[in-house]
Amino acid sequence: MPHRTFWLFIAPSGIAMLLFIALPIVSVIVQSLHIENEKVLIVSESCGPFGCKETTRVDEEASAALNAERPLGRFNGIGTYTNRNHLAFEEVSAAWSGRSSFADFVDGVMNLPFYKALVFTLTYTFVSTPFVLALGFTLALAVNSLHRWLKGVVIFATLLPFIITPLIGSLVLFWMIDADGIIGKTLQFIFDNPELSLKASPALTWITIITYGIWHSTPFAFIVFYAGLQTVPGETLESAMIDGASRWERTRYVVIPYLAPLVVFVCLIHLMDAFRVFEPIVGFNASANATSLSWIIYNDLSQEVQLFGSAGATSVLTIIGVMILLAPVVWLTWRDYRSA
Amino acid sequence: MSHESATQHRSTPLLIATSAFIFIWLIVAAFPFFWTMWGSFKIQADFFSKSDWSNAVTGVNTTARYGHAFTGVAYEGAWVQQDFWRAAVNSLIVTVSVVVISLTFGTLGGYALARSTARYAFALLIVALIFRAMPHITLVSGYLLPFFKLNIWGYLPTAIIVLVAINQPFTLWMLRSFFMNVPRELDESALVDGCTRGQAFCYVIMPVMWPGVITTGLFSFLLAYNDFAVTATILNQHNQTMVPKIASFLGTTQTEGNVMFAVASVVSATAPLFVLVLVFQRNIVSGLTAGAVKG
Repeated sequence: MPHRTFWLFIAPSGIAMLLFIALPIVSVIVQSLHIENEKVLIVSESCGPFGCKETTRVDEEASAALNAERPLGRFNGIGTYTNRNHLAFEEVSAAWSGRSSFADFVDGVMNLPFYKALVFTLTYTFVSTPFVLALGFTLALAVNSLHRWLKGVVIFATLLPFIITPLIGSLVLFWMIDADGIIGKTLQFIFDNPELSLKASPALTWITIITYGIWHSTPFAFIVFYAGLQTVPGETLESAMIDGASRWERTRYVVIPYLAPLVVFVCLIHLMDAFRVFEPIVGFNASANATSLSWIIYNDLSQEVQLFGSAGATSVLTIIGVMILLAPVVWLTWRDYRSA
Repeated sequence: MSHESATQHRSTPLLIATSAFIFIWLIVAAFPFFWTMWGSFKIQADFFSKSDWSNAVTGVNTTARYGHAFTGVAYEGAWVQQDFWRAAVNSLIVTVSVVVISLTFGTLGGYALARSTARYAFALLIVALIFRAMPHITLVSGYLLPFFKLNIWGYLPTAIIVLVAINQPFTLWMLRSFFMNVPRELDESALVDGCTRGQAFCYVIMPVMWPGVITTGLFSFLLAYNDFAVTATILNQHNQTMVPKIASFLGTTQTEGNVMFAVASVVSATAPLFVLVLVFQRNIVSGLTAGAVKG
């Protein structure tokens, strides 16, 4: 394809991505280096019969004018990155030098909003991945052995948690695990504890949200593995059988190696989606016990006075996280392409 | 599966284990939706029963108040009192526009990427992959200030173009993989016959691409319909789509004891997705595997 034609065809899509993905990334970086304007203060002295008193008040008009003039705020360098709400170097080193044990240090760090969110995001991402893979694979094997009619029904039901709006999916589950909901009540009955609530403790909240994540993402792994199973060559399986391989051995030495490239694909997509976990925290109303990187950005943006600098800094750090996560994949793909 | 039946004989314990596993999964996957749909026709005292969860099934309190075990009160409250219909109309506008524009941009770009052998085409694909991984909210925090400045914050067209752009990386990858399956000879013979690239694309390639376009369209629809991060932060109160509207119910109505409004609107917003899966199950399955199985 001639270069000119290529660029003509790609132009609409390319311009859209340039304007609304590439530029916003630049804009986020610029914002993260700024901080909100200071309020303009007026100090006035009012003198009465008992002496003079100084009062300070905010000059709303001048503050608004300043904000209109410099909407980005003041230049702050990397100040926002290092403050308590982000990388918090001072607090971390204080926690390290003042630690009585390693657990104590971890506790100290987990009180810092950025690290709290980072740890949850990573836990969610890496704990859910093996479950999604294993469950999706087992489900694909099981469904593959079903009768044709049943397959359709099972696939229909399986697609539901996947295509459902994440916020809605988490709300549906949230209402069921509510202390007055069906699962919540059943759990109270099983553990004979009328006070039991899945929302109360951080550990239970984490487990709930990770369970939601597995529920939501397993269908994707299932569909991909199921389609992969349809392409496993029958002859190879047959010859393995003739060689006396048991069902387990056939699965282990024929099917799994054949599906291995799909595992990489499912992992890649799931890692990308899990890393931006956000809606379940809103849906499960879990922000007291579990926050994610996306959630703290959203939280900064939904304050009465939107904290663009803070949201920007967290965004940049999140983007760096995505880059680190993707680096191996991008590098491998590029290498394959070069050698091809 | 021919080789399945021909070569494999299942042992009974395995058969039982498999059936049990599938049965449990069916309940886990589908029951929450049916439960919520059933409960949305009850009143709060039944669906969130303090005394007995079986009230949600029988609707004791609902019968006591309305004389019938089913009531549409929650739906009336959400759709009429709380103006959920307006959010539904907004959602319709946003999703239809996003799908149409995404597919127009995406087919052109995907075609170019599938047919070009240049190194920059591959580099573009890698960049698109990285863009695909960006959490949407990180981009939103970059939009807001410029949008305020340009005075375009809050309007539906803004959300539409933003969603189109966010959707492009995925659309490009998917459509490219469908275009790769259309043999190059088809373009070449059209070019030899004197078509321009544009004509070859419109009259020769697109007619055989419809399955791919429909499948990709479904996923664009899902992205636009399911989005919360962008629509919640970019649209003003009046222009809200369904998902942020439901989220706003949570803040205001849970305290007033009108959580049933949220339940009813959740069920309302789920219904179109149900229909979508029923009608397009095959396309969704083929779309999920397009990128993976075909390499």
